[in-house]
Amino acid sequence: MAVRDKALTYVGTRRIDGPLVVVHKPHDVGFDETVEIQDPQGNFRLGRVLDVGDREAVVQVLEGTSGLSNQATRVRFLGKTLELPVSADMLGRIFDGLGRPLDGGPMPLSTTLRDINGAPINPYSRQYPREFIQTGVSAIDGMNSLVRGQKLPIFSGSGMPHDRLAAQIVRQATLLGEQTQFSIVFAAMGVKYDVAQYFTRTFEQSGVLANVALFLSLASAPSIERLLTPRSALTLAEHLAFDLGRHVLVLMTDMTNYCESLREIGTARGEIPGRKGYPGYLYSDLAEIYERAGRIKGSDGSITQMAILTMPSDDISHPVPDLTGYITEGQIVLERELFQRGVYPPIAGLPSLSRLMKDGIGEGYTRPDHGPLASQLFAAYSYVKQVRGLAAVIGEEELSVLDKQYLEFGNTFEMKFLGQGEYENRSIDETLDLGWKVLSLLPRGELHRLSEALLDAHYVGEKESEVQTVALGDEPAFKPLVPPEK
Amino acid sequence: MSQTVLEHGEIVRVSGPIVTARNMRAATMYEVVEVSDLRLIGEVVRVVDDVATLQVYENTSMVRPGDPVYRTGGPLTVRLGPGLIGNIYDGIQRPLKDIEAHSGAFIRRGEKTDPLDPDKRWRFVPKIKAGDAVTAGQVLGTVRETEAVELRVMAPPGLRSPARVQSIAPEGDYAVNDQIAVIEDADHASVPVQMAQSWAVREGRPVARRLPADRPLITGQRIIDTLFPIAKGGTAAIPGGFGTGKTMTQHALAKWSDADIIVYIGCGERGNEMTDVLTDFPKLIDPRSGRPLMERTILIANTSNMPVAAREVSIYTGITLAEFYRDQGYHVAVFADSTSRWAEALRELSARLEEIPAEEGFPASLPTRLAQFYERAGMVEPLSGGTGSVSVVGAVSPPGGDFAEPVTQHTRRFVRCFWALDRQLADARHYPAINWLTSYSMYLEDVEPWWKRTDPAWAELRNQTISLLQQEDKLQQIVKLVGPDVLPDSQRLVLTVCEIIKTGLLQQSAFDDVDMYSTPGKQMALLRAMLHFYERGKAFIGSGGTLAEVRSMAIVQELVRAKSTVPNDDEEGLRGLTKRVDEQFDRLERR
Repeated sequence: MAVRDKALTYVGTRRIDGPLVVVHKPHDVGFDETVEIQDPQGNFRLGRVLDVGDREAVVQVLEGTSGLSNQATRVRFLGKTLELPVSADMLGRIFDGLGRPLDGGPMPLSTTLRDINGAPINPYSRQYPREFIQTGVSAIDGMNSLVRGQKLPIFSGSGMPHDRLAAQIVRQATLLGEQTQFSIVFAAMGVKYDVAQYFTRTFEQSGVLANVALFLSLASAPSIERLLTPRSALTLAEHLAFDLGRHVLVLMTDMTNYCESLREIGTARGEIPGRKGYPGYLYSDLAEIYERAGRIKGSDGSITQMAILTMPSDDISHPVPDLTGYITEGQIVLERELFQRGVYPPIAGLPSLSRLMKDGIGEGYTRPDHGPLASQLFAAYSYVKQVRGLAAVIGEEELSVLDKQYLEFGNTFEMKFLGQGEYENRSIDETLDLGWKVLSLLPRGELHRLSEALLDAHYVGEKESEVQTVALGDEPAFKPLVPPEK
Repeated sequence: MSQTVLEHGEIVRVSGPIVTARNMRAATMYEVVEVSDLRLIGEVVRVVDDVATLQVYENTSMVRPGDPVYRTGGPLTVRLGPGLIGNIYDGIQRPLKDIEAHSGAFIRRGEKTDPLDPDKRWRFVPKIKAGDAVTAGQVLGTVRETEAVELRVMAPPGLRSPARVQSIAPEGDYAVNDQIAVIEDADHASVPVQMAQSWAVREGRPVARRLPADRPLITGQRIIDTLFPIAKGGTAAIPGGFGTGKTMTQHALAKWSDADIIVYIGCGERGNEMTDVLTDFPKLIDPRSGRPLMERTILIANTSNMPVAAREVSIYTGITLAEFYRDQGYHVAVFADSTSRWAEALRELSARLEEIPAEEGFPASLPTRLAQFYERAGMVEPLSGGTGSVSVVGAVSPPGGDFAEPVTQHTRRFVRCFWALDRQLADARHYPAINWLTSYSMYLEDVEPWWKRTDPAWAELRNQTISLLQQEDKLQQIVKLVGPDVLPDSQRLVLTVCEIIKTGLLQQSAFDDVDMYSTPGKQMALLRAMLHFYERGKAFIGSGGTLAEVRSMAIVQELVRAKSTVPNDDEEGLRGLTKRVDEQFDRLERR
């Protein structure tokens, strides 16, 4: 990166508009350059150059423009892009969205500076992610398996337990047959203080806090800071994973807030808006964040990403979940209906998907029957949805015997297989065996996706299946347990 | 490229990938420029007086007004020659492998690398003698590029006749830039020829004439070959919301299509998907050549996080490489995943150019650009004689899965195959999730003569299947309202048979070693047995039998599973299916 010897300072700005300030006749200022702004009170804020011409430079102020004046604001161009000092000492600490300590501690010592925008990973240098991560949650492990180096977001809606699910995954995630612990990088964008508190407390309770770096840009912080928060977090994650060889789990919440900040900037600049007012480059911008996950050949480390986003009015076709789904390797979708019936975690059976599952399961990873079993569960559950539609019209009594069996299967599947306790950690064997038991509620002839050999080995038979069936409206099979006493 | 020193421009404004520079009066549209002393590659997209607007293919961080712009004097070109096959390039044909060697796992800016290895030596075998007459595009000699592909070195396409060969190199090992022939053209000028040539990406390569499509591109995917075939030289679109399996379908097609060369363009999509192809293809064996699939594949990877301007051009880079092999008499299939990301790149650049937007912010030129791209597909007689073709399959990613959006709608106007992916099928993990009611192919008549030679019953079996599936859809609507019990057994038989067709034929697993690829012979055998089952069942129920009896036969399970239990080359086993349908019905009728 070209760095100037002396930083340039300008006194006075030409225009202040929303989160932007415009500097008149800048000299030798680069695109995307970092800017230090001194307000009339003498406090410093950070900014970066969004557009620069020979007449003016547009600067985005990351901490907001309140209190700035055209006359007394001093703007200093630092001659470099935004960089974050990174080191392993940042684990166990709390920072703001720009990487400055919030916990009262000193700046971490670091000799490594990394450009916060990162650089695209060469597709040729990537290593395809394959190692199965056991999360202990049947709906994920059994049906939408997570692998190390994957980016798998949680699509949720307001009021649903996405935070509890994310916390459970952080507590329970392990690799089969390995004792590696994940380093966790947590980025909060525009969430409320109590959400951040909840995560901090959970990390503390499970004794991993020393292994977590938190980047907090809470609802009270200027919204523009949110644009930098995931980038700061991922810059540290890249250092931990690819320089130090650690396995990093990056948790980002809530991406919808991030996108709204992006929209704010776009509007302030007078850009032509795309769908729902979001800028036309939302896809490319999100891709710059989500694609900073994965594995690299020749490096032991990995970055696994879980982004949480709330779908405005549970609408999965809203631009934020829609574009996210096009970039990430699948999605875990939480369903309002399951949630209201008391199923935890309310992971929707059909729209959830893990694209990397196929390569991380089966012989050598989990069990040979895993893939076909999951496929059969999906097929059967999808038929259950049809039968429910029919039952709503003609009444349950009028259904054929087979369809009634499907209903019974569906309800049991939701309550016993999808549903589990918040502190219940199921091994992959338990999950798969449970899947077989639930499937055994259906006649063998219905299970087209399973080979005869697999059926011989695992099918327990309609009569012998030990699972207790559940009818719709029954109490949830498992009450959420209280955290185990230490 | 011109050798004269060209004047430098001076940057006046930088806004993301769009840079404005003055002192550019002599610049031509689409001329390639190098921006600032980082030498970032860009292209001229607008000239007003002496001010040029440039679109830059790399990140412009810390580029400043006042920095220089260096002109190259020519448009963006690709290098065509031995070494393309098996390679993986970014959108402007820089080999990603070499970039890794220079800058590690993260792509640095301003990397300059040769698309073709200048040091590697290839064995050239001349096919023509000094003194022979030669025409544009004629084959001068051959190079064994991979075990599966023989590259044909051609005379330049612009060569004016009458021309003759002045000299030609004897058989031996040469580098791509070594002179291997000299041709004297109509003006008695000497034209040196190397194994590699350059071609401007935005310009289609010339052909002798265009030919009508006359044979299918066999893909090994049953729903496509049997129901909605694409012709060699044809165009198809695969639209679908996220998670409906566009990429998986594209991968399956790229693996098993009976094209000679595959060009796979990952345009604005996931990095790991390209890695998947890179790890998978070298391991998979092409059923026809017996060689690894990578030996006939070229990859263009401009993933979503790579610069957006290079994404725009990656589509053209890919199709130009395809045309180069077409001109040698090969059948090439191009897979573009996804054309929506390409259209979004157009939108993003157009917005930065402050153009007035048309539908949903897309530039008004979107339909023209799409048409120009798909028009480069086709079956042709190349200048070198014989036949060659470029088939194009483009994935489309409509926002919210809504096919009414501009990219899907305009694409539909210019392609002749439409394989619509269906959310409900994908949710039930029925892959490929191609909906049999909303998809269509306009190549049915074009490929019929080919099928007549292969299996004369194809058209009839196909139409019968489509009509059964349509009947089933109507019946399902009744079932949804009142349940299946009110239907007579003859109609419920249709439901049963369609269930068998859907699971046993249309659904195909890309991960099952037997199921992943079906020959036309196997496809027809399966379908024939299923439809025969329907005929026998109809007759049986007509004469007083019940559906329950039909369903209890062992053949039902066998038909559903035959796709993954009977291999392609087991002709006996495939014929046996229809035989057993007869046997079991005979037994049932005797009771």
